[in-house]
Amino acid sequence: MSGTFVGMPAFPPPDPPAFPRAARDAVRDTTLRENLRHATHTIRDKRAKAVAELADWQQLREAGKRIKDHTLRHLDQYLVQLEESVTTAGGTVHWAADADEANRIVADLIRATGETEVVKVKSMATQEIGLNEALAAEGIRAYETDLAELIVQLGDDRPSHILVPAIHRNRVEIRDIFLDRMGSWGRPAPDGLTDTPADLAEAARLHLREKFLRAKVGVSGANFMVADTGTLVVFESEGNGRMCLTLPETLISVVGIEKVIPTWQDLEVFLQTLPRSSTAERMNPYTSMWTGPADGDGPQDFHLVLLDNGRTDALADEVGRQALRCIRCSACLNVCPVYERAGGHAYGSVYPGPIGAILTPQLRGTTSEIDASLPYASSLCGACYEVCPVAIDIPEVLVHLREKVAGQGGPGHRLEKAAMKAAGWAMDHPRVMAAGERAAARTRALHPKRPPGATAWTDSRDLPAFPEKPFRDWWKKNRS
Amino acid sequence: MSSRDRILARVRAAVAGAPAAPTPSRDYLASHTPNDPAAVLDLLHENLADYRAIVHRADPAGVGPLVARLLAAHGSANVLAPTGLPPQWLASATPVRVPDNPQSTAAELDGVASVVTGCALAIAETGTIVLDGGPAQGRRRITLVPDHHICVVRAPEQVVASVPQAMSRLDPTRPLTWISGPSATSDIELDRVEGVHGPRTLEVILLSE
Ligand code: SF4
Repeated sequence: MSGTFVGMPAFPPPDPPAFPRAARDAVRDTTLRENLRHATHTIRDKRAKAVAELADWQQLREAGKRIKDHTLRHLDQYLVQLEESVTTAGGTVHWAADADEANRIVADLIRATGETEVVKVKSMATQEIGLNEALAAEGIRAYETDLAELIVQLGDDRPSHILVPAIHRNRVEIRDIFLDRMGSWGRPAPDGLTDTPADLAEAARLHLREKFLRAKVGVSGANFMVADTGTLVVFESEGNGRMCLTLPETLISVVGIEKVIPTWQDLEVFLQTLPRSSTAERMNPYTSMWTGPADGDGPQDFHLVLLDNGRTDALADEVGRQALRCIRCSACLNVCPVYERAGGHAYGSVYPGPIGAILTPQLRGTTSEIDASLPYASSLCGACYEVCPVAIDIPEVLVHLREKVAGQGGPGHRLEKAAMKAAGWAMDHPRVMAAGERAAARTRALHPKRPPGATAWTDSRDLPAFPEKPFRDWWKKNRS
Repeated sequence: MSSRDRILARVRAAVAGAPAAPTPSRDYLASHTPNDPAAVLDLLHENLADYRAIVHRADPAGVGPLVARLLAAHGSANVLAPTGLPPQWLASATPVRVPDNPQSTAAELDGVASVVTGCALAIAETGTIVLDGGPAQGRRRITLVPDHHICVVRAPEQVVASVPQAMSRLDPTRPLTWISGPSATSDIELDRVEGVHGPRTLEVILLSE
């Protein structure tokens, strides 16, 4: 594959359908829509409560934004400092320009241990590079250990949400997958397995425990890397992360270069904003932090693979680079009316929803049909910007990327309409969409309190920065 | 050119000419809670319980008998104690004592019913206990593989109100585990289930003079 590869190598067709087509299929799937609706509404309501507990939320949000912007501006300096800190702490740092190189480094490191099995913590970066499939090609089996990732892996499926990747599956489907497939990956599901979540979780516990107890190599990503101390941080809930980070002899972490933050103190901002934005908890059940291998405690051999894979392209785009602030909380997915209808698979990349619509086309360019269609997979309502804990102006980047796509002679406007129609959104709300988009853009200078129509899915507290010109107007004037 | 040099060169080219970045601001609150140790302890209690840790209170004379009762109630045949655990915490306990042996395998730990530890500190606003491998805590895996974890927090000296207060007291060179309630998953239709891989039961004893 040429260019930057951003995920989904094994199961999808080699040429995933563009967003409108995929969204249309998803909208027809009523089970999927119902599962998604339930999930996104539940999480978004809880998130609002968790955020409201902190009187300084806007200050934390601004601090997070600035820490990330400052880091990105001096990324070379912080990466070099991180490398030094990790090395001093006894770890080994590797640099990978693209997916192929990262996969090769990881495969070589695993082969050097003599092992042919690894346990994995859920990680977007390793999905992005298609690590599991690359390892399989080398005869190495990678076991996903997050419950949702396990469901996805056993079901020969793809994740559909950043935080809850199997959210498109209901309990009956999950029981059937466990009964059918667990046996061929290890310990079979217990006889008479019911579809209650507690029983399903217990089946996963038993199935995975035998893997944890014999694992010699763990593979993870990281939520943050601290430049001045060399500390890596993983947030999780189930304890599978702790298992993978603690029990194996060798730990290999694959992390995007944008995940570095300058100082230990900076972490206090994200420790407050990430859990509340993500799972709507004051704090997620487990957070692990490690600084190199610790004497007699946990893996004795630690490797960090720093991944570019298109990130420096995004960094070079002065409007688009703010997408690299993303801390992958998934709050933007849960408020997005288009995501809610189309589901995560329609985006054709490991990063779905609003963040996927701006990050994916930057990481892998806009030459393919799916990537050119992604900036149109939005109603520009601004709800995503409003919930984003690092204040990424997603609508601004969407409009910017649309201009790019239109500039390259892409399918442009047709796609916007098709995407909205496919998501069932424009058809339900044609007037609201046009009005909201126009009004918000025109009154930008007047700082509108809330765009018309936005109240349906958000309680607008701060001001989304809407595009200077509504896209429709812009398109009429500029279409070539 | 090595990939390292290529990536760094690409980073430098990408930000060349970018405007200076704003300095990170720190005008957020250092704490959201009034500085009153009793109220902070109550908040810790409440937030631990809210995320389904089982919370108990004890004084120095009561902690040993309480631990013994909890182990009996859990039906534990054996209990793991890290080196450095104050002996009086386990003085009344009857289950077989398993020492924290660096050579013990994960499979052996799988046969341990309960573990009793101290902690580095606890954070009231989030209901979090933090372990850093200090004397009464042991290696990370001993609080991970057994199914029942009893953690003793000394109040007020180990209790802080907020995350920023915790950060300034922790040493990043130690492996840190932040625990907020027992292991949990919401991956199946967002129904919360406790105890997937870590200890299914977390009991916290707030120990005050
Ligand atoms: S773009 Fe913002 S809201 Fe969306 S996942 Fe990233 S950090 Fe969260």
